[in-house]
Amino acid sequence: MTASTPTAPPAPPARRFRASTFEPVSFFCTGLTGLATFLILAILALILGNIFLQGGAGLSPRFMFGNADKDMFDVASAGVWPMVFGTAARVILMTLFVIPIGVTTASYLTEYAPALSPFTRIIRGAVNNLAGVPSIVFGLFGLGFFISAVGGTLDVFLYPDSPKPVWGKAALIWASLTLAVMTLPVVIVATEESLRAIPLGLREASLALGATKLQTVLRVVLPQALPGILTGGILAVSRAAGEVAPILFTGAAYYMASLPQSLTDQFMDLAYHVFVLSTQSPDIEKTRPILYGTVVVLLLLTFALNLVAILIRARVRRNLRRLA
Amino acid sequence: MGLHRGHRARPLEWLAEKIILLISLTAILVVFLIFLFVGREAWPVVIGATNSSLAQEYQEIIPPEDFARVPPARLRQYLGLTRQQFEQMDEETLKDLMALRIEAKAQMPDDPDAELNTTEWRYLLGPHQWTGYDRPAYIWQPVSQIHKYNLVPLFIGSLKTTFVALLFAVPLAIAAALYVSQLAPPRAREWLKPGIELLSGIPSVVLGFFALIVMASFFQALFGYPSRLNAFVAGLALGLAVIPVVFSIAEDALTSVPRSYTEAALALGSTRWQAAWQIVLPAALPGVFAATVLGFGRAIGETMVVLMASGNASIVSGNLFDSTRTLTATIAAELAETVVGGHHYRVLFLLGALLFAVTFISNLVGDLVIHRLKGQLEGKR
Amino acid sequence: MVAPLLSPLARVTPPDAASPATPHGHPPLIEVDRLSLYYGAARALHDISFAIPERLVTAFIGPSGCGKSTLLRCFNRMNDLIDNVRLEGSVRIGGEDIYARDIDVIELRKRVGMVFQRSNPFPKTIFDNIAYALRLQGFRRKSEIADIVEQSLHQAALWDEVKDRLHASALGLSGGQQQRLCIARAIAIKPDILLMDEPASALDPLATAKIEDLILDLKRQFTIVIVTHNMQQAARISDATAFFYLGELIEHDATGKIFTNPARKQTEDYVTGRFG
Ligand SMILES: Nc1ncnc2c1ncn2[C@@H]1O[C@H](COP(=O)(O)OP(=O)(O)OP(=O)(O)O)[C@@H](O)[C@H]1O
Ligand SMILES: [Mg+2]
Repeated sequence: MTASTPTAPPAPPARRFRASTFEPVSFFCTGLTGLATFLILAILALILGNIFLQGGAGLSPRFMFGNADKDMFDVASAGVWPMVFGTAARVILMTLFVIPIGVTTASYLTEYAPALSPFTRIIRGAVNNLAGVPSIVFGLFGLGFFISAVGGTLDVFLYPDSPKPVWGKAALIWASLTLAVMTLPVVIVATEESLRAIPLGLREASLALGATKLQTVLRVVLPQALPGILTGGILAVSRAAGEVAPILFTGAAYYMASLPQSLTDQFMDLAYHVFVLSTQSPDIEKTRPILYGTVVVLLLLTFALNLVAILIRARVRRNLRRLA
Repeated sequence: MGLHRGHRARPLEWLAEKIILLISLTAILVVFLIFLFVGREAWPVVIGATNSSLAQEYQEIIPPEDFARVPPARLRQYLGLTRQQFEQMDEETLKDLMALRIEAKAQMPDDPDAELNTTEWRYLLGPHQWTGYDRPAYIWQPVSQIHKYNLVPLFIGSLKTTFVALLFAVPLAIAAALYVSQLAPPRAREWLKPGIELLSGIPSVVLGFFALIVMASFFQALFGYPSRLNAFVAGLALGLAVIPVVFSIAEDALTSVPRSYTEAALALGSTRWQAAWQIVLPAALPGVFAATVLGFGRAIGETMVVLMASGNASIVSGNLFDSTRTLTATIAAELAETVVGGHHYRVLFLLGALLFAVTFISNLVGDLVIHRLKGQLEGKR
Repeated sequence: MVAPLLSPLARVTPPDAASPATPHGHPPLIEVDRLSLYYGAARALHDISFAIPERLVTAFIGPSGCGKSTLLRCFNRMNDLIDNVRLEGSVRIGGEDIYARDIDVIELRKRVGMVFQRSNPFPKTIFDNIAYALRLQGFRRKSEIADIVEQSLHQAALWDEVKDRLHASALGLSGGQQQRLCIARAIAIKPDILLMDEPASALDPLATAKIEDLILDLKRQFTIVIVTHNMQQAARISDATAFFYLGELIEHDATGKIFTNPARKQTEDYVTGRFG
């Protein structure tokens, strides 16, 4: 600007945009992180590939719906129906407990609780904490609280004369309750997330028409949050279906001659059965087809659920982004 | 206009609100109950109220002839049976057991260790020269007559597998988080993220199975170490469980760094990588740290993977290729065989309480850090 | 509380001292007395006193952020929903202090309807958006509900556009249609007072004209308070106008007076567009 000489300043060297953006370090490092991403996906593919290639062949209606009554380790006759039944029973029972409590808690946190009260902070802290408790500790808790304390007390009052414990032993109901406690944070977090995404304007619209808070929550807010609640429920189910540690002492049975008949019966379980087949088989090579088959059934169950949940969530997030 | 009715006009609404509040206390209640009921079973060990000394145990002898005179509850406790076991046995069996106990006393090892209460803190944590050993050692061996309850081998086992898992998982997960959140083309991002998160959908028992059946043999063939199941294999499999945890949290933290930071850097002519590495990563560093801490909590608390892939030998060694036994696997493997309320049972609950405490703290730290980071980033925005 | 319908622009003698002045001498319906409102530490309304007459249209004008919406939301206690809001002074509607302890807010909101600045239809069908409001009022009979839905859609000048798609989602409507649906929803329950926060801000001139007709029509039944940035609109439809600036009420008078002969310099600058 301040050129004092009459001669024009020398033209700046022409920029070659294309060449100047290439930077070897950046290129290399980007490649490295890309490789890490790829590696994780490759491991995932490897695991799934191995399992489905080896296990897919063994799947048959007889295997799915056959009973395990003769010999669990006999390749020709073993079926996983009792385990599928047991796993389904415990997760369905679990959702009956966890969804109402989880959705109510999430509603309280987003709709009722004052945003900054210490009380709310404590509930949030407890939820976060619960999410990090090791699953085996939930197992111990189920044993110490549900079976010994609750079950034991029930027995004292309901069956004082029964020689055998009725409630105070490992049972379907206790395993389900233990899992419900474990998956509570999953449901709360997913529900809360979807509740927060609902615009304030909707609540205002309802309240301005003279709806009570409860009417607003029940008829306007919660219906909107349904996809989130659904995702939470599915994630909880898929998480719980694959868990073994919490049910190890609270309900899973190594072998049962019949399907569980009541809430106080023990049950055979798909995930636990994978553990049994992996570690207690008399001849791991011979029983390998049953093992792989069982893993495939378990994976199909948990994975399919997970995939559905992830897709719903991605969809909801995309819609939200579009609305924002 | 008749507006003066106040809250009392809607008792149902009021009631519903109170019920909602009560139900949402469940989360707090549960944490408290876990603390209480896991702690309750472990407490006698903590204060030294358990006694595993054989000499103490066999002090009292009830001869089979006295069967009718002793109350059943007393007898059950004397024989160390669970209620269920006790109810299923007939008189003859019980008498046999009483006789066996007399024999056991006779055969009580002539061993100074039999006098020890091995649940005292000095035996739980310190080395002891057991009979037959030529120097003091840390031993976890709650079998046969003298239960050795030293926790050190289990701590080492847990730390070893966790170390391997984090070493493997953290760099990989954070690099992937950086790539997915900052560097990948937006279209790829849409499926990369759910893809990696799918990993968290694989149950840990399946990871354990995969480690046991496939990885163990593969790595043994590759490296040629002697024990097929060891801390290394267990750690790698554990890493697979940790990756999605670290990835999700780190990715979230990186994504929450305002887009304007990156744009400012790009506008100054830096490459995407430079913007990600020099601007975004430092801004999100607390979140990445938190991801690692929470990954640690996940790794140390995982049960099935290590139970199936670590070999479960409680050896004190720094070698990653030795079999090892973790806190979690010990609880899972041994609790079923213990007598409810016995010292073995209580020591296992003590392990559980310790695990609870460790994960409690790591969660607290992780959450605090994330909370602070989010506040900071939002404040700056 | 039935008042004779006076000619909007008839100026009457100043009212007695007991109740605050209303520009037309109509009996005051909403009386605001020394009202201040704080968002946390920030004061959004500053010591406001005036009265809003019954069965007339009162317009609130003023630059953006001066507290028009905030004041409007005081009349149906929508501000209760925001954390950290503190209020001093009083608001009386029909002589009752609506911030008294034992006031039933739900009942209040049924009497004081509101149309929001940003249209907020429920993600339900067009029909259900209005039916929801009616069910809250205790309407149960299907035919009755359907009648009122149709009637309010007519009133909101929306019927012809939606009569074939009553059971389609309300979110599929255009912005202006959504706003008219919100108006239909608010008037369906026949409130005593209708608060409208820039109801025409998202509308084209034609739809705006329809809304203005609607307002002129509605004021036979309701008392209307409307926030607007459109001076011509305020001049066309309102009987009284209040001008706010930085949370303070600068001037409140008959609309004709405000627009032709305001008492304050600030008002004059604002209505003539010479502001700031
Ligand atoms: N929820 C809130 N929290 C904090 N401050 C707020 C909130 N809502 C409004 N305010 C502030 O109060 C003041 C008045 O806002 P208000 O929305 O009433 O203005 P307005 O006159 O309606 O403006 P506009 O014409 O743009 O709608 C503004 O300074 C605004 O920033
Ligand atoms: Mg406004």
